[in-house]
Amino acid sequence: MHNATDKSVMTEEKDSAMNIYDLYHRMESNKVVLSFKGDVTSELMSSILQIIEQRMDSLNETPRLRKKVYNVLVECLQNLYHHIDEVPVASEKKGFDRSAIFMISLSNNGYSITTGNYILTSRKKSFRDRLDRINSLEPTDLKELYKEVLSSDSRSDKGGGGLGMIDIARKTGKKLNYDFTPLNDEYSFFSLNINVEDNN
Amino acid sequence: MDSIFIEGTPKTPNISFDSGKGALLLKGRSIPENSIEFYKPLVDWLEAYSNSPQPKTVCDIQLEYFNTSSSKCLLDLFKKMENMSKNGNEIIINWYYEEDDEDMLEAGEDYQSIINVPFKMIEMQD
Repeated sequence: MHNATDKSVMTEEKDSAMNIYDLYHRMESNKVVLSFKGDVTSELMSSILQIIEQRMDSLNETPRLRKKVYNVLVECLQNLYHHIDEVPVASEKKGFDRSAIFMISLSNNGYSITTGNYILTSRKKSFRDRLDRINSLEPTDLKELYKEVLSSDSRSDKGGGGLGMIDIARKTGKKLNYDFTPLNDEYSFFSLNINVEDNN
Repeated sequence: MDSIFIEGTPKTPNISFDSGKGALLLKGRSIPENSIEFYKPLVDWLEAYSNSPQPKTVCDIQLEYFNTSSSKCLLDLFKKMENMSKNGNEIIINWYYEEDDEDMLEAGEDYQSIINVPFKMIEMQD
């Protein structure tokens, strides 16, 4: 016996079956090596690092590229990990969760790493200013900024103290490609794309 | 005083701080999420060691990777060594990097320019 409700359930099931193929196809054509959406835990980071290391090994990537990708990956993932710590639980009431998105794919000359996470809009301006400052600097000035922040006494309780983004910019030799998507008065979605290339 | 020996893990380096020999070694990967938790006992140990160090202390840094959260902790260790050096103790820091690992060499040079202790840059062949 079929009624309207059953029919809509069937359509939904068929849609999600089609959607997953669609997603598969998109990931395939974008050469996605690994993608994850959810809570970034210490164990998850270990697994991701291990998978990517093995993959780079099987693809016979140069030691130089492997090291750069690994380093940048650690900083990107730990940014997500530490950020999740800072998001107030109250955000869940607004319909958001504490999860983040992470994706690593093959690019022409190396790897492309993309991350996304919620950020309090109140923190957006200072964060954006910091990223823009990093992007405005030439390699020699970036090196000086790194040393300045390294030797300053300021640090977060986890030890980082704002070196991660500077380090990523130095190691890739590229500008940080970022965007903020406003969601409401309180929250925005921050996305970051980093290309690591074997340009020697 | 006691020495410290810690087995490495995928996220933390092998540690051998030998007070009798005046030999300090950090080897492997240093990418813990909470670096302060890992390094605080080492910094404290070095502080205690600096009260009665060996005439010569050699520190070997043989890191394959370290995250930015570890970099401040490494600086804390080097600052302790700088103080020991100021107090007339002989300190040598050997900074190892793998062939072609310019990033690791540069990281060593960054510390070298901040810390007033002789650094020796040592390239390791594969």
